[in-house]
Amino acid sequence: MKKDIILAGVGGQGILSIAAIIGYAAVETGLFLKQAEVHGMSQRGGEVQSHLRLSSSPIASDLIPEGKANLIISIEPMEALRYLPMLAPDGWLITNTEPFINIPNYPEIDKLMDEINNLPYHIALNADKIAKELNATKSVNMVVLGAASPFLDINYEKMENAIRTIFKRKGNEIVDINIAAMKAGRNYTESVIKK
Amino acid sequence: MDKLLLLGDESIAQAAIDAGISGVYAYPGTPSTEIMEYIQNSKEAEELNIFRNWASNEKTAMEAAIGMSYTGKRTICCMKHVGLNVAADPFINSAFTGANGGLIVVTADDPSMHSSQNEQDSRFYGKFAMLPVFEPSNQQEAYDMVFSAFEISEKYKIPVLLRITTRLAHSRSAIVRRKKLPQKDLKLPDDLKQFVLLPAIARKKFKALLSTSKNFFVEAENSPFNQYFDATDKSKGIIACGLAYNYLMENYPDRKLPNPVLKISQYPLPRSLVEKIYNECNEILVLEEGYPIVEELLKGIVSKNKTVYGRLDGTLPRDGELNPRSVSIALGLPQNKVREVPSIVVPRPPSLCPSCPHIDLFLALNDALKSYTPGRVFSDIGCYTLGALPPYNAINSCVDMGASLTMAKGAADAGLFPSVTVIGDSTFTHSGITGLLDAVNDKSSITVIILDNITTAMTGGQPSAGTGKLENICEGIGVEKEHIKIIKPLKKNHEENVKVIKEELEYKGVSIIISRRECVVSLNKRMSEKFKKN
Repeated sequence: MKKDIILAGVGGQGILSIAAIIGYAAVETGLFLKQAEVHGMSQRGGEVQSHLRLSSSPIASDLIPEGKANLIISIEPMEALRYLPMLAPDGWLITNTEPFINIPNYPEIDKLMDEINNLPYHIALNADKIAKELNATKSVNMVVLGAASPFLDINYEKMENAIRTIFKRKGNEIVDINIAAMKAGRNYTESVIKK
Repeated sequence: MDKLLLLGDESIAQAAIDAGISGVYAYPGTPSTEIMEYIQNSKEAEELNIFRNWASNEKTAMEAAIGMSYTGKRTICCMKHVGLNVAADPFINSAFTGANGGLIVVTADDPSMHSSQNEQDSRFYGKFAMLPVFEPSNQQEAYDMVFSAFEISEKYKIPVLLRITTRLAHSRSAIVRRKKLPQKDLKLPDDLKQFVLLPAIARKKFKALLSTSKNFFVEAENSPFNQYFDATDKSKGIIACGLAYNYLMENYPDRKLPNPVLKISQYPLPRSLVEKIYNECNEILVLEEGYPIVEELLKGIVSKNKTVYGRLDGTLPRDGELNPRSVSIALGLPQNKVREVPSIVVPRPPSLCPSCPHIDLFLALNDALKSYTPGRVFSDIGCYTLGALPPYNAINSCVDMGASLTMAKGAADAGLFPSVTVIGDSTFTHSGITGLLDAVNDKSSITVIILDNITTAMTGGQPSAGTGKLENICEGIGVEKEHIKIIKPLKKNHEENVKVIKEELEYKGVSIIISRRECVVSLNKRMSEKFKKN
């Protein structure tokens, strides 16, 4: 088993929480893991990305080679497209469709969506809207993670357990909200794929 | 033993705890910050009573570490690459004094400048100081090397440099821990003049270093971290240093390379291993993260005129960090076609957070300076450096920690009036105080704005050494009391703040404006912790 994943978003959107949950579940599964993060200046509202590599055999590079990522998981549509050179020809792009606009020259959202919809393998969902319906506005990242979960080849219960462990100190309520958000994202992808 | 999922920085921190350090000294700086933070948050470190407070700057940190080593205890001192410039004086001299207790200096270099103003390579400092240098290729090696580095440090009574780069510092992987070692007892040096670098003693010390350093080569030749992997295709030999070794292996999924490979993770350069690969192969490719130091050194070691490929001849880019693809191209492997970034995707640079106090200060400063020609604001290193970007375009310099103050002074001495400094509270105590003293002594006409957000914000909100003391420091240095003003950068205070700044701009002498409001990120963190407790 080998999964190379690019996590993308804007500083503060919670991609490191996604990485932590997948990472925890992967290690519980007995997989090798390497995960390169971005700390420092970019975290101030800039573009951020994380390279997450899972494998049943030892991993060499901390960075994923270009054109080899099996998945891009993004909490923001333009950020999803920024890492397209990383995506393998048969790789999937899973992205939130809700733009995060903190720059004056943000492109037209319709044009961004055209680019995303042109990709052969993609899941695009409005994770902000889904999170809002669940009264879980701070769990948008978990909705996106849920939408990506069918592609991860990791036991889903292990992912739920990872949320329980990682958010334990924040209390049961937060744990339940995040599990529900991840489930909602997963349901979305499953309904789309069935069609 | 336990398996832990740790960043490269955290692996070093955990290893330092496990290797029995009694203290860690550091000033925050990306990508090194998490070493100290991990030790600060460690329950084990608390139980062991390991000293783990931030220092005012890298020089004070390095000197304190030398002091702890003097007592026979193990210690590490951590900084980003440019921090070693600040600590260079004690660092270079520590090679002369030597160590007593094990002393490791950890520098985290930042090739590609993810969060830095240059991408200098700390291995040059190791060579300059003539000290052993360790360069791990992965998190486990980083952990293990701390133990080896302490052993070498104590065996030869010498400080040791441990150099990592961003990708290792901030990448997570599983590491296996070793058995914990006890802390050392207090034991002063056998020779109580060991640390006295009077010229007469220093000369002897240098001769001793020159002699001892021969052993460092032997250690590197026999180091388990330097490995020679033989192979049949001798048309090309590959020297891969530190992290570059991973990118090399990434290109061979079965991990079987056709060519001989020399992996280097401990310096000085292991001469006989280098000669072996050079003599046996027709050409050499050098892969190294940072500057082409090995590539250059190679020319002093080998005699025949074989072709050496690397960063100097353009086989690899001369600047920026390596990645699997750049290494793959250097290896001459076929390249897969990759998609392009759609042209509508635009850059999203970092920016000041909404409600950041720096925003209100920059807007007020811009208004106050409206009647003067532009180009008068000397600034410094921190979140507020982002004031250089639109829509503020508020600052005209960022060179090194503290340079805002002394550059404004130099410009004022040359006749620029008004001349303005914008410096953060932590940067001011790091390296601004001595510059302010110069300005006061020379009665230079500068307006110094200290952005006091009561934290070291850029690196994640560490305590700031001058909190609660800034007015007293300025007054103690000799700034006139009536020209030390305090403003609160808020939208509602805009007009008043513009007025205060305008008045001080016109003052012919040193004036200080402390612009004080807590960083919004720190405030939010503090409030949510308070809320959680209730």
